[in-house]
Amino acid sequence: MAILVVAEHDNSDLKDATHKTVTAAAKMGGDVDVLIAGKGVKDVMAQAAKIDGVRHVLGVDHASLERQLAEAMEAVIVPLMSEYDAVLAPDTTTHKNYMPRVAAKLDVQQISSVTGVESADTFVRPIYAGNAMATVQSTDAKKVVTVRTTAFAAAGEGGSAGDKMLADPAGPFKSEYVGEELSKSDRPELTAAKIVISGGRGMGSGENFKLIEGIADKLGAAMGASRAAVDAGFVPNDWQVGQTGKAVAPALYIAVGISGAIQHLAGMKDSKVIAAINKDEDAPIFQVADYGLVADLFKALPEFEAELEKAGY
Amino acid sequence: MKVLVPVKRVLDYNVKARVKSDNSGVDLANVKMSMNPFDEISVEQAVKMKESGAASEAVVVSIGPAKAQETIRTGLAMGMDRGIHVTTDEDLEPLAIAKILKAICDEESPELVILGKQAIDNDYGATGGMLAALMDWPIGSAANSMELAGSDLTVVKEVDGGLQTVKLQTPAIVTTDLRLNEPRYASLPNIMKAKKKPIDAKTPADYGVDTKPRLKTLKVTEPEARKAGIKVEDAAQLVDKLKNEAGVI
Repeated sequence: MAILVVAEHDNSDLKDATHKTVTAAAKMGGDVDVLIAGKGVKDVMAQAAKIDGVRHVLGVDHASLERQLAEAMEAVIVPLMSEYDAVLAPDTTTHKNYMPRVAAKLDVQQISSVTGVESADTFVRPIYAGNAMATVQSTDAKKVVTVRTTAFAAAGEGGSAGDKMLADPAGPFKSEYVGEELSKSDRPELTAAKIVISGGRGMGSGENFKLIEGIADKLGAAMGASRAAVDAGFVPNDWQVGQTGKAVAPALYIAVGISGAIQHLAGMKDSKVIAAINKDEDAPIFQVADYGLVADLFKALPEFEAELEKAGY
Repeated sequence: MKVLVPVKRVLDYNVKARVKSDNSGVDLANVKMSMNPFDEISVEQAVKMKESGAASEAVVVSIGPAKAQETIRTGLAMGMDRGIHVTTDEDLEPLAIAKILKAICDEESPELVILGKQAIDNDYGATGGMLAALMDWPIGSAANSMELAGSDLTVVKEVDGGLQTVKLQTPAIVTTDLRLNEPRYASLPNIMKAKKKPIDAKTPADYGVDTKPRLKTLKVTEPEARKAGIKVEDAAQLVDKLKNEAGVI
């Protein structure tokens, strides 16, 4: 069987999510090719060729693919699928945008956000915000799968796959890119960070997130938030960790003023170590935390930062 | 423009899903059911467009069991004009839902379909994208805001890392995200009025759609539980544990 993995990249760097998706694909068994669709993709293709276990790297280089919008991605992937039995992509916003489109064109039911691969046709995926895990077997001839990358280890590097350029996608398309407004930050990306510190409704205001900023700086951590904090307008939506936001699995997750609603736990419970600071000792977050500190965060956070300073951070 | 809003009746978001003891699925007997929260945002958006004059008619559709009629009534009480209820007791997959919605779009000719970005029960996040493919329409996923100018629809989308703006030619599909708006509560007079609004009763067979599931659910299990750890006394001890015991900082 032949499996196509669609790469996560920004036209200059290949993202780790690609390596993790390759691991998921390898578990299905068969040959794994990686597709780089974008603009000016030569460098990214060279990076992808190094991933262990990759047979070929396919490249499509066209202006309409710079932002990987849905229609252009459909135009690239659907014709390719005559040669593949499955297509996998990370479940980030880029790929969530077009994968259902590819699935419908192939008359296939998409299998979304899988956290386990049992065989070439059987997958485990969270439902109900991760309150239940469903094992599903696809009866479709081809499989269209998005991958919850936090559940898979990254494939190593050391390979040297051959590459091949594909024809440009056929337009015109009925949507166009206008612009973007990306949060500027020197901090690591939320989904790739080794340490994440998140604030919840207990932070009280957006202004108070300054209290965790100093700690994030000391630890080189990414900053996140619960849905409650986003709903309250404290911080932007792309900070959101949880069922309706991002799934993260850092080595250390620090939850501050977060009660631990199911929807939040769904996005962070795969973290290696969880620490929680909350003044309510009955908060559900303490049921999943390895280290819990029952304290008023307005007192505990400055102390925590001072202790880190003392410890040389 | 005519706006179509598909809505789904799901386990209320405040109720914890419980796995059935025979591992066949999630227990939905005698639990509170509500409109999928993202669909409420879609309804609110359509009603707002009616109020501003951008939309001439707003139609709410639900594909589900007899009780999905209550969900349609909720949409009508919020301000939608009329409903279409496609009755089925099967738990249809997004592909089948998208095919029925395509048949409805072919009949109703809406210029905009607004759907939630995902339903909080099955978490597929696929119906909007699938409908866009079947209609060959452009899509603006996870909308943070949207603005109509003539036949162009500008959608600001929530993406990893921030916001992205796209321009779509209508007819188009939009899927909604949390910050698009704050859904209203239906007032009592509007709830009473909604009872008189028409709902067309249909079945999947009326649309000639094959709804046979493509995925076989082999089992549904509880997620692996994490064990609670220890409580620390103060910030100093927390730093010590993270550094020397867990070795993560």
